[in-house]
Amino acid sequence: MHIGVPRETRARETRVAATPTTVAKLVGLGYEVVVEAGAGEASSFPDDAYAEAGARIGSADEAWGADVVLRVSAPSAEELPRLRDGATLVGMLSPAFSPELVDALAQRPITALSMDAVPRISRAQSMDVLSSMANIAGYRAVVEAAHVFGRFFTGQVTAAGKVPPAKVLVAGAGVAGLAAIGAASSLGAIVRATDVRPEVAEQVRSLGGEYVAVPAGEQEASSDGYAREMGEDFNRRAAEMYAEQAQDVDIIITTALIPGRPAPRLITEEMVASMKSGSVIVDMAAAQGGNVAGSVADEIVVTGNGVSIIGYTDLPARLPAQASQLYGQNLVSLLTLLTPEKDGRLVLDFDDVVQRAITVVREGEKTWPPPPVQVSASPAPAAPPATKEPAPPPEPPKPGRQLALVGLGAALLFLVAALSPDELVGHFTVFALAVVVGFYVIGKVHHALHTPLMSVTNAISGIIVVGAILQLSSDDGVVRTLAFVATLLASINVFGGFAVTRRMLAMFSRGPSPKGATR
Amino acid sequence: MTATSAASAAYIVAGLLFILSLAGLSRHETAKSGNAFGIAGMALALAATVGVATRDISAIGLTLLVVAVVIGAAIGLWRARAVEMTGMPELIALLHSFVGLAAVLVGWNGYLSVEGADPSDGGSTLRGAEAGIHSGEVVIGVFIGAVTFTGSIVAFLKLSARIKSNPLMLPGRNWLNLGALALFAVLTVVFVVEPNLLVLSVVTALALALGWHLVASIGGGDMPVVVSMLNSYSGWAAAASGFLLGNDLLIITGALVGSSGAYLSYIMCKAMNRSFISVIAGGFGNEGSAAASDVDYGEHTEIGAEDVAELLRDADSVVITPGYGMAVAQAQGAVADLTRKLIDRGVQVRFGIHPVAGRLPGHMNVLLAEAKVPYDVVLEMDEINDDLAGTSVVLVIGANDTVNPAAAEDPTSPIAGMPVLRVWEAERVVVFKRSMNTGYAGVQNPLFFRDNSRMLFGDARERVEDILRAL
Repeated sequence: MHIGVPRETRARETRVAATPTTVAKLVGLGYEVVVEAGAGEASSFPDDAYAEAGARIGSADEAWGADVVLRVSAPSAEELPRLRDGATLVGMLSPAFSPELVDALAQRPITALSMDAVPRISRAQSMDVLSSMANIAGYRAVVEAAHVFGRFFTGQVTAAGKVPPAKVLVAGAGVAGLAAIGAASSLGAIVRATDVRPEVAEQVRSLGGEYVAVPAGEQEASSDGYAREMGEDFNRRAAEMYAEQAQDVDIIITTALIPGRPAPRLITEEMVASMKSGSVIVDMAAAQGGNVAGSVADEIVVTGNGVSIIGYTDLPARLPAQASQLYGQNLVSLLTLLTPEKDGRLVLDFDDVVQRAITVVREGEKTWPPPPVQVSASPAPAAPPATKEPAPPPEPPKPGRQLALVGLGAALLFLVAALSPDELVGHFTVFALAVVVGFYVIGKVHHALHTPLMSVTNAISGIIVVGAILQLSSDDGVVRTLAFVATLLASINVFGGFAVTRRMLAMFSRGPSPKGATR
Repeated sequence: MTATSAASAAYIVAGLLFILSLAGLSRHETAKSGNAFGIAGMALALAATVGVATRDISAIGLTLLVVAVVIGAAIGLWRARAVEMTGMPELIALLHSFVGLAAVLVGWNGYLSVEGADPSDGGSTLRGAEAGIHSGEVVIGVFIGAVTFTGSIVAFLKLSARIKSNPLMLPGRNWLNLGALALFAVLTVVFVVEPNLLVLSVVTALALALGWHLVASIGGGDMPVVVSMLNSYSGWAAAASGFLLGNDLLIITGALVGSSGAYLSYIMCKAMNRSFISVIAGGFGNEGSAAASDVDYGEHTEIGAEDVAELLRDADSVVITPGYGMAVAQAQGAVADLTRKLIDRGVQVRFGIHPVAGRLPGHMNVLLAEAKVPYDVVLEMDEINDDLAGTSVVLVIGANDTVNPAAAEDPTSPIAGMPVLRVWEAERVVVFKRSMNTGYAGVQNPLFFRDNSRMLFGDARERVEDILRAL
């Protein structure tokens, strides 16, 4: 089968669906690849490089006329008829936002696969273009902000005076947010990040950011790996937090997107107005309506108080070579899945959730939206603390023998108790119960504490001093002498045992180093 | 509320405090409060006892009481302050012997003030069955106390290296022990029927000899079990005294200590894959060692301290498995310094402690704690064993039998089936050792001859300090 890679025609689109590296891999899967002349120009991939990798350089018609057409963006109304009957189109079609495109695709006897519909399951990670593009966009957002921001990111002490570090707030710690946190903190800025999902705090910290939580409220955990719209009370508290942060930080990067819905409004006009002059806001959700009041898609707006709001929607395309490579690799991963025999024949298996999820149109039949896919990777809302399973009890001896032993013991005990006077029976009761208590109390002792435990039991067994003291009241000289010695010895035990235990326990300390303490 | 009922109430509270104390000591977080509960319980019990005793005590008796407690407290506190952490096993064994001796003395007093007292003095007030029971309690109490006493003394001498720790191998030692027990049973009956000083003396002598022999025939490697077993005995001795005196507090406390010590011994035995009986019967490692030593394991490879430093520098993760040798060489401080240095370099350092490492249950933990090694990097065998395969370097410091692959792989080995630290699964193993001698079990260790093993000979502390310098 032929794969066609036509040139991208949408405004500001600099990416291309295949690079020389990925072409070679597609050829390895058994496909013949046709690349439209000049398709990789904007991403700095010359035609020669494609040819070297095994592709044929052809005209636009040849590329569009292939069996499988790889694109970055959706085809325009003019391009759609160029697809031949029975062709398969792969690209970022955003079916949720453009139902008219889906309908138009369904008019043709073609199959359309949308890369931005890949479900967020581990198996499909290698095809997840949203993640790979968001990663680039997050990085680029910081670069754009730094470009507009008239100051250093990092703090410096120079001969000409001290430069304070920039403070960056990243709203939303998804892939883009995390990339932005990493980029900003490696530029030296003080980075704070916030997200409705408290479980990302650790990831934020791992990249050098500080997690700013929305003050206590109900916890939200998502079941599909994406953030969702939040309750009213939560939004009010979040707004207070943003208002507070806006006055303090120099740069805000918002990444909040909810799939299939307009972007939530995080930063209001008042908040923008409260920011310092020269501050920069990057609204990465500008294409979906924007997280920031006053942001305009694909433009930089400067407000009355000197705050620049960047609304670029083509952030990944501003890093075209890298973006094309990652996108192209995502496509290779998809085609590897779709070409199980590696014989250049594309097979679509609707029983596979990934393949089902991305298929928007199959042979002229609309298959959008797909059934929902539940993501297992999200943590449970309130994970119960891991309880250690008690060690399985040692293998019991043969039941018969055990019964006999217990029976014998019980009979003996009964005989002794029955033949004893009442007082002794009372003592036996106490004795038997204390033995059992001793067994159970000691059963869960931490191994490291065996020595302190022994010295404490040692001290406690010095209780025999009680008996010795009682005998001291005797009038018999011999008895009194022996009792004196016994009291002395037992006292050594009591005082020595407790003192040494104290000394030992004072030495046990938990280490402050988190590195070594990985259990 | 009379003084007696008040004392009884105080005893009940004290007993509960002791239970809380033992329960508290099962976790690091609560261990200190556990000790405090114990002290509170003991203070309460002593106060109540003194309160009761002072009612009919003579001036001399009172003076003796105060003097005895003050002297005892002074000695006890002094020893507790002075003892080296490496000397803990000896101290604990010695303290056990005191309890044993005290129990013997209390038992003798029990006889002297009841059966042995001159009837005209208003001595014996017991009749028939009660007298018999009293006599029985005296004998049993004296017997357990005496066994504890001499047993602990021998353990103390062995642990402090004042006598050889090799097991004493008398011919027919098991029969000797059994015979002593049978004789004791007979003498008990005799004494119950006709209490007299001679029989009690014979029982005491017999028990002293039995205690001596029991522990003398146990090898040094089994000392952790012996110490906790003696701990248990001292509890039973206290409980027996409680029966004798009709004192519930003594019974409760003694039973608590006795059963907990027995359980601890049981845990130890399981860690060595041996039955409790065989440990008590003693003589470990003397059966199969001759056959095992014939095997040619190949050559061991030596390594220098600087090369070990090099290994550690490149390591991602290091596990240290200390043994008694670390205690002997007093190397814990140097090991702790090494640990800190490696952690500062970003190396993950953890300790793997075998349940019977050292000469006392938990001995290694105490030593490492003394050297200020944080307890959360000190892991038990079961916690670390599965991670050893992914570890870059394992440092075996003064351990031998607890890291012996023969236990897992050679079914004919005398220590076959004993759970061991699987250090040989790590990328590299460095064994710190004085020489190529065998460990306490007398079993050759094939670990030393493995391809990934390196031997670092010499005093453990000096060698660790050499490594520190090279780092």
